[in-house]
Amino acid sequence: MFKNKNSDVAVMPAASKKLSKASKDKILTEHIPMIIMLAPFLIFFFVFTILPILSSIVLSFTSFDMISSPKFIGIDNYRRMIVEDATFGTTARNTLVFAIIAGPLGFLLSFVLAWFVNEFEPKTRAVLSFMFYAPSLVGNAYFIWKVAFAGDSYGYINSLLLSIGVITEPIQYLKTESYLMPIIIVVQLWQSMGVSFLSNISGLQNVSRDMYEAGAIDGIRNRWQELRYITLPAMQPMLLFSAVMQIQASFSASTLMIELAGYPSKGYAVDTIVSLMTDMATVRYELGYACAMSVVLFIMMVAARLLVGKILKMFEK
Amino acid sequence: MTNSTTMSFGKRVKQYFQDKRGKKSAVKRYTRSTAGNITLVLFLVLGGLFSMLPLIYCVCTSLKPLDELLIFPPRFFVHRPTIGNYTILPDLMASLRVPLSRYIFNSVVISFITTFIYIYIALMAAYSISKATFKGRKTIFWIVQFALMFNTYTLAVPQYLIFSNLKLLDTYWIYILPPMASTMGVFLGKQYIEGYVPDALLEAAKIDGANQFKVFWSIVMPTIKPIWLTLLLFTFRDIWQTVPGGKIFSEELKILPQVVTQITAGGVARSGSAMAVTCIMMIPPILVFLVSQSSVAESMSSAGIKE
Repeated sequence: MFKNKNSDVAVMPAASKKLSKASKDKILTEHIPMIIMLAPFLIFFFVFTILPILSSIVLSFTSFDMISSPKFIGIDNYRRMIVEDATFGTTARNTLVFAIIAGPLGFLLSFVLAWFVNEFEPKTRAVLSFMFYAPSLVGNAYFIWKVAFAGDSYGYINSLLLSIGVITEPIQYLKTESYLMPIIIVVQLWQSMGVSFLSNISGLQNVSRDMYEAGAIDGIRNRWQELRYITLPAMQPMLLFSAVMQIQASFSASTLMIELAGYPSKGYAVDTIVSLMTDMATVRYELGYACAMSVVLFIMMVAARLLVGKILKMFEK
Repeated sequence: MTNSTTMSFGKRVKQYFQDKRGKKSAVKRYTRSTAGNITLVLFLVLGGLFSMLPLIYCVCTSLKPLDELLIFPPRFFVHRPTIGNYTILPDLMASLRVPLSRYIFNSVVISFITTFIYIYIALMAAYSISKATFKGRKTIFWIVQFALMFNTYTLAVPQYLIFSNLKLLDTYWIYILPPMASTMGVFLGKQYIEGYVPDALLEAAKIDGANQFKVFWSIVMPTIKPIWLTLLLFTFRDIWQTVPGGKIFSEELKILPQVVTQITAGGVARSGSAMAVTCIMMIPPILVFLVSQSSVAESMSSAGIKE
């Protein structure tokens, strides 16, 4: 690496010269190429993601109807949300209940299924992953549940129950408060086998078979021990990714609820923060208030992310 | 790695992957019970069929003649399948001002080009964030991760203003640029590279004189093949299905999902044709899925990386 031409010169200055040359080399051969590789993404990321996020945060302190220019109103939006707006309280509670149940369950399910599917030969594995990934491929696949749970006797579930005589008249599943949340959670779990599931599968491909063989020699007897001591620690990076995707999906769910139960749903049973936010922005043109809600939702998700990071750390090694 | 001093750089890369493939034969698991395996298969087949329901439903409905669409009690499966819903599609499309081929061309070209550029950009950034040593990369990663959680809904208005200031409204750039800012690929790539690409492998290549770009292209990319194939699928599917609302006005620049909604807005009588269109629209993502997942299985079915 270093050219020692002047080895007869005094030792100290030469050493420091070499050092500075080494660090310059490091900048030239390591830092600069790395920064060039990062740059294209960072530019797009800044222009199309960070700038809009910053402007939403600024807009959250204004009153903005998208026609006249925004008017600064301080923390009024936040005060209104927490003190005055009872609907926000309801939607925040629904969002939390939904996220706390559907998030972790979706996370576990997508890992467990990926782990099971990964046991098979490549061809079988491809077929099985196709089956579980199918809802994501269809796009808006929840429409089938709309048909299934339809409240008239044309609904698949009603017509089935009617024909075998369990019920005598059709049940309005999607118009009954107590049915709504469980139905939505089940449908969410069923369609959550998308990104997390496939990324878990590709993570499992790189858990070394040598590690499993070594584990078997070291006395690992069944698949549960193998899971605990080899697979889970090796899957840490993918598990964190999948957890973040689940947090994102479960806290910002709204399409599913609006499509199946309508907005507002019966008794506000499944209206989430994002449903309310959509309503504020598109129907009532209160964009400043909608932005404030999205900031509060963001804070909730960041808190969930930090908590999940702590929990996952416990499974490391 | 054997003979690291005598072999050339290219040879060593080849050797490395040969080593990996060689282990394919060693598919023997000592920790599996038969009872467990049988339960597993039953569980997976039942769960898988349940997951397939919407796909089966789409195909069945698209093959139903009109009277079966309206029958009571409703039937899930089709009894007298017909391809009438498909054969009527050319007539429904004949009235379009712009020929259908233009929409298909737009959709296919946009989806493929955008997907490939994004994968390259995102994984380069992921490599940089996970393996670089300069200060601030951790901060960048946290920002990327948190940005993923900001709800995209309220970002629409600021984004619209940015597009209009950059004079990009009603151009192809509307489709191509926003996906480039997507954080998911960078996050996924970073987790994978950090977890499964050992530093020792990169160091060896650098000592041989390979520069960072070469290391990325010929060492990192082959090693993380499962993840870029998976990312290919996610990105393609999203771009294929997404309609950028209110930013494209010229009919010549529109893509398939936009024209599909025009065709299918026709009530119950058209619901069979609507399903037929839905089925046709699913074909490209399914093909990409099959290609990407079968290559994942072929290339990486063996072991991970030894240090």
